[in-house]
Amino acid sequence: MDLHQRHHLRLSGRRDGQPMMFAHGFGCDQNMWRHVAPAFEDDFRVVLFDHVGAGNSDSSAYDFDRYASLSAYAEDIVRIVTELDLHDVVFVGHSVSAMIGVLAERMVPERFAKLVLVGPSPRYIDDEGYVGGFAEQDIHELLDSLDSNYLGWSAAMAPTIMGNPDRPALGQELTESFCRTDPDIARAFARVTFLSDNRADLALVRTPTLVLQCSNDVIAPVAVGRFVADRIPDSTFVLLDATGHCPNLSAPEETTAALAAFVRAAETEGASIAR
Amino acid sequence: MTQHEFAREAFLDALLDDDPEKLYDRAPCGYLSTSPDGRIVKVNQTFLTWTGYERDELLRRSFVELLTPGGRLYHETHYAPMLRLQAAVRELALDVVRADGQRIPVLVNANLEVDDAGEPVVVRIALFDATERRGYERELLRARQQAEASERQARELAQTLQRTLLPPKEPAIPGLDVAATFQPAGDTLEIGGDFYDVFQVAEGDWVAIIGDVCGKGVEAAILTALIRDTLRAVVVGMHEPSKALSALNEVLLHHETDRFCTLVMVRMQHGPEGWTAAISSGGHPRPLLIGPDRNRDEVGGPGPLVGVLDAPEFRDERVALRAGDALVLFTDGVTESRDGAGFYGDARLRDVVGRPLESARSVVDAVFQDVVTYSGGPTRDDVAVVVLRVPEKS
Repeated sequence: MDLHQRHHLRLSGRRDGQPMMFAHGFGCDQNMWRHVAPAFEDDFRVVLFDHVGAGNSDSSAYDFDRYASLSAYAEDIVRIVTELDLHDVVFVGHSVSAMIGVLAERMVPERFAKLVLVGPSPRYIDDEGYVGGFAEQDIHELLDSLDSNYLGWSAAMAPTIMGNPDRPALGQELTESFCRTDPDIARAFARVTFLSDNRADLALVRTPTLVLQCSNDVIAPVAVGRFVADRIPDSTFVLLDATGHCPNLSAPEETTAALAAFVRAAETEGASIAR
Repeated sequence: MTQHEFAREAFLDALLDDDPEKLYDRAPCGYLSTSPDGRIVKVNQTFLTWTGYERDELLRRSFVELLTPGGRLYHETHYAPMLRLQAAVRELALDVVRADGQRIPVLVNANLEVDDAGEPVVVRIALFDATERRGYERELLRARQQAEASERQARELAQTLQRTLLPPKEPAIPGLDVAATFQPAGDTLEIGGDFYDVFQVAEGDWVAIIGDVCGKGVEAAILTALIRDTLRAVVVGMHEPSKALSALNEVLLHHETDRFCTLVMVRMQHGPEGWTAAISSGGHPRPLLIGPDRNRDEVGGPGPLVGVLDAPEFRDERVALRAGDALVLFTDGVTESRDGAGFYGDARLRDVVGRPLESARSVVDAVFQDVVTYSGGPTRDDVAVVVLRVPEKS
């Protein structure tokens, strides 16, 4: 199948620029980067995509058995990187895609120049000597939440937004373009996201890495971000003023500035910058 | 104006001038305002009454903190991004945790207000108590999940039963090239009415049948089994297919069902001059005889439906098959398959089997493929095709 269609690939920016790949997390799609990615188009080759099963990807390519682990998502990244023949890739992964990026880096480390992990968590569920922030029961509650909102969270939201209930076509367009997910796939993706444990993978990352952490993130608390930065050998930790889990939407300027400082720096020799 | 009307007007005027504070505080919904990053800056009395919090406890706290852990995950992964991207969310189902730890299921609507420069200023959140609705929705959800599970079971059962009504493996007759295909109607939970069977009576003496039982489902399956067993029993010592069909007619008439079937029966016998076919049809599309020097004609004695008339007359037609000749048996799922506008039809079937085809399998596959292409997807009816072919050197 065509890779572009499979992942709704969007390439922009400088054709000969260093590739900068943005990966969205669970719950939405590449629209998560709409206020950040354009700032890098002047000197980077910007690569946006949807994970299979999310957004405008080809959901017929979704296989419940295959996507039962994060490795499958990482393999998809590797496939995009190799088929587009990308080298020196700057990979920016939000939320679960931070760990997907870590896994992809382990598969083809030679392809990556820098990793940026936005709101990463290697494990969401508390464990002995580790606070992820959630109990397993909480994850099942999320799955229930997805089910309760299955009645049409995507279809129900859009029409009124444009203030034009008598022109449903407008709403239709919005519903289709933002964060559209098949409920069964959303459930499966939630399961694989929030039940994964990738703590052991962190120490094996070879690529210089920036951890971008929000101040008050209920999904990935500050302590978890620090845990990630502590385990990855060549890493930098930056605490943003932004709160919540989606600084790419709530604080695009601050996020862009922190990203730019890291990706435009010539060398990043493991110095930890913390505020 | 009557006194009564005056009183009414005065009352409505008073409502129009209702104290905005009361309108806000006593609204029949919880009402919150937060900063764009979610900190609560204003909350109405209804919400405080529902949740048991003091106003001061809530101010400056984050809205997301009032949700259950699972709800927080949902908030951060769906609600917050949608609010930012679309400036509004509608009818989100969440649970608010009260001061005493109890949960209230709510439906949440929220608007993000922006200033002239497009910068977010405030989020206004209305919450509606959805306790009863949520209980009802859970029941609906459970019912949906049960329905999906039952549907899966029914489909599996139908498929299993269907398989038992067909020969377990590709039929084979020594000295003949035989191939068959059966495709149940697309997207159905029921057992279809089409069937075929190929079995041996004696050495060099074989029977092939293809048929279509009226109706679908368990009754059709029972009838199919009855037909197959009856024919297998009566053909012993009864050479003419027409007689077998008469016997079957008798059995169906006495069976406690008003169902009937269409059927073609072919008796293939090998003698000194090669293979001879005796063919009789009971209301079924007659087979086509194809081969190097054949005209793709229908063959077989025509007759009425089986299981309807008291004394039907079935007839036999005998054909001596030559090397390269083949009989194409099919059900009306082939000729009556639809493309939305018309029917597949006899002419198109004749075209397909008229192409040079070197084996029984290639004839079967060509017909089936062409029907699928014509229907543009899964067929609406069962499709069965059986081809009996005399090899060039037999």
